[in-house]
Amino acid sequence: MLRFVVRRLIFAIPTLLAVMTMVFVLVRIVPGDPAQTILGDQASAEALQTMRERLGVDRPILEQYVEFMRGALVGDWGESMVTGKPVLTEIARVLPYTIELTVVSLIIGAVIGIPLGAWSALHRNEWIDYATRVGSLLGLSFPAFVSAILMLIVFSIQLRWLPVISGGNRATFGEWARSLALPALNLGLIMAAYITRVTRSSMLGSLGEDYIRTARAKGVPERVVIWRHGMRNALIPVVTVVGLYLGILIGNSVLTEIVFNRPGLGKLIVGALGQRDYTLLQGLMIIYTFVIVIVNLLTDLTYGLIDPRVKYQ
Amino acid sequence: MTDHVDVLPEASRHPFIDQLQKAFRNNKLTGVGAVIFVLIILVAIAAPLLAPHDPLQQHIIARLKGPSAEYWFGTDAYGRDILSRLLYGARVSLVISLTAIGLAMVIGSIIGIIAGYFGGMIDLALMQVMDVLLAFPALILGLIVVAMLGPSMENLIIAIALTAIPPFARTARAPTIAVKERDYIEACRALGFGHPRIIVRHIFPNVLSEVLVMGSLWLATAIRVEASLSFIGLGVKPPTASWGGMIREGFENILDNVWLSVCPSMAILLVVFSLNLLGDGLRDAIDPKTRSDS
Repeated sequence: MLRFVVRRLIFAIPTLLAVMTMVFVLVRIVPGDPAQTILGDQASAEALQTMRERLGVDRPILEQYVEFMRGALVGDWGESMVTGKPVLTEIARVLPYTIELTVVSLIIGAVIGIPLGAWSALHRNEWIDYATRVGSLLGLSFPAFVSAILMLIVFSIQLRWLPVISGGNRATFGEWARSLALPALNLGLIMAAYITRVTRSSMLGSLGEDYIRTARAKGVPERVVIWRHGMRNALIPVVTVVGLYLGILIGNSVLTEIVFNRPGLGKLIVGALGQRDYTLLQGLMIIYTFVIVIVNLLTDLTYGLIDPRVKYQ
Repeated sequence: MTDHVDVLPEASRHPFIDQLQKAFRNNKLTGVGAVIFVLIILVAIAAPLLAPHDPLQQHIIARLKGPSAEYWFGTDAYGRDILSRLLYGARVSLVISLTAIGLAMVIGSIIGIIAGYFGGMIDLALMQVMDVLLAFPALILGLIVVAMLGPSMENLIIAIALTAIPPFARTARAPTIAVKERDYIEACRALGFGHPRIIVRHIFPNVLSEVLVMGSLWLATAIRVEASLSFIGLGVKPPTASWGGMIREGFENILDNVWLSVCPSMAILLVVFSLNLLGDGLRDAIDPKTRSDS
């Protein structure tokens, strides 16, 4: 088990290095001058030169690259070009907001999606199955900002149940829950649409297996057949797909944070893009890639918890 | 799949035609999706004929009006007709998405077929590049590329195509590997056919249906990503109407008039939903296991 984890981590290194190289290149293909962007059009030539030296963008590109890779590996991600604070501090400040949003929305997605998908599979080709299939297809057709705005209109503007700006108020539990409710529900319902569809098709697959027929033939109660034999085997693809959809979840969380004006990585990256804050951008992209690689690893490990046949080698 | 094209004329029909028939027969919603999508394309083409007003014409006195006989869906903060802007916005959305996905389909298929057909180091290198691109969340990659290159129609197309190439490469690679060892490909080699001829005439037809089905589903994603980037402020430059941009403007005036954001929202939802209905039905038809998991 430990050897498996270590081996997977080692395999992730070349991908991470390649991704970081791409981040470095992407961030530097801009036509503009970062010093000019920060100081504005009125800046004098000397001020621009001083700024370039401070940012390190006056040095040869290869030197910048080596410095960037070294820094990224030892945890020195530099300072934000705009605020001057360390990039890691900037990220650490908003990371909890994004994490709580994604975790709560994944829970909402699983709590709605898994039972609904299983129910739909058990009633294949009945009206409830059709309704679930069309409903989930509609759900995943929503761009996250569209559903977020519609929710805002209904719950905050028309019904006035919840605050318009969910600005991450966490003074009391009530405040925390109220500010998290709409963003998490928005992301959670979209995830539920994806999870419902995977659970349904996976459940249909596992209910068609021979061991289900065997279990029924030897008189195992239907409830046990469905939950212990069918459901447990159906969950493996669900876990994988949730891992695969992490990219969608991240993209949707960016849009959700913007609409609800909620602090988080998404708001940070959009702000950094607008201000051409290269160092912060680099840091954010490395964080996103780290998260994706780690979640892929966790996904692989989860198989073993659900399916005892999986052996780690 | 047989290869007696000259001997049996009816066998020359591509199996995708049969799969299409099956998709529309088995699932009525596939047809509904196709009809809605075709109608939207026709409306977008005919936008100059259908639009009751000039989409850029401002009427400051008539700003933020609700629906009326003259302005069916009301007016925006500059007094521009929302219906006309919706119709013109459809063109922007569709041109960007169709071009981007068309590019991604062609480039992705070529990469996937070359990787699968030649194998070895070529396969390894090409797929490693695809994996690196896949390690970025699609929206984040699109965001960075457009922000760096500057928001314009061409750069939006580049950004969306870039995020969609890896999935198409993967889709094309799998069937290529499956068929390249078959006897009839072996026979082609024995006959001395060159690689280009084998790839175009004998490999490509096997890849086609899966790539086309992926195309309809990714078109839905492309429309969503284009709208999202425009909403963030990285879309085509104002005053050109785009659905995402209209929602952005509507969102700024959301407390005064909800129509501004609701109308373009419904338009995006309708297009994406129709494409998902179409793509979902098609995928069920080409896949014997009837999976629906992405």
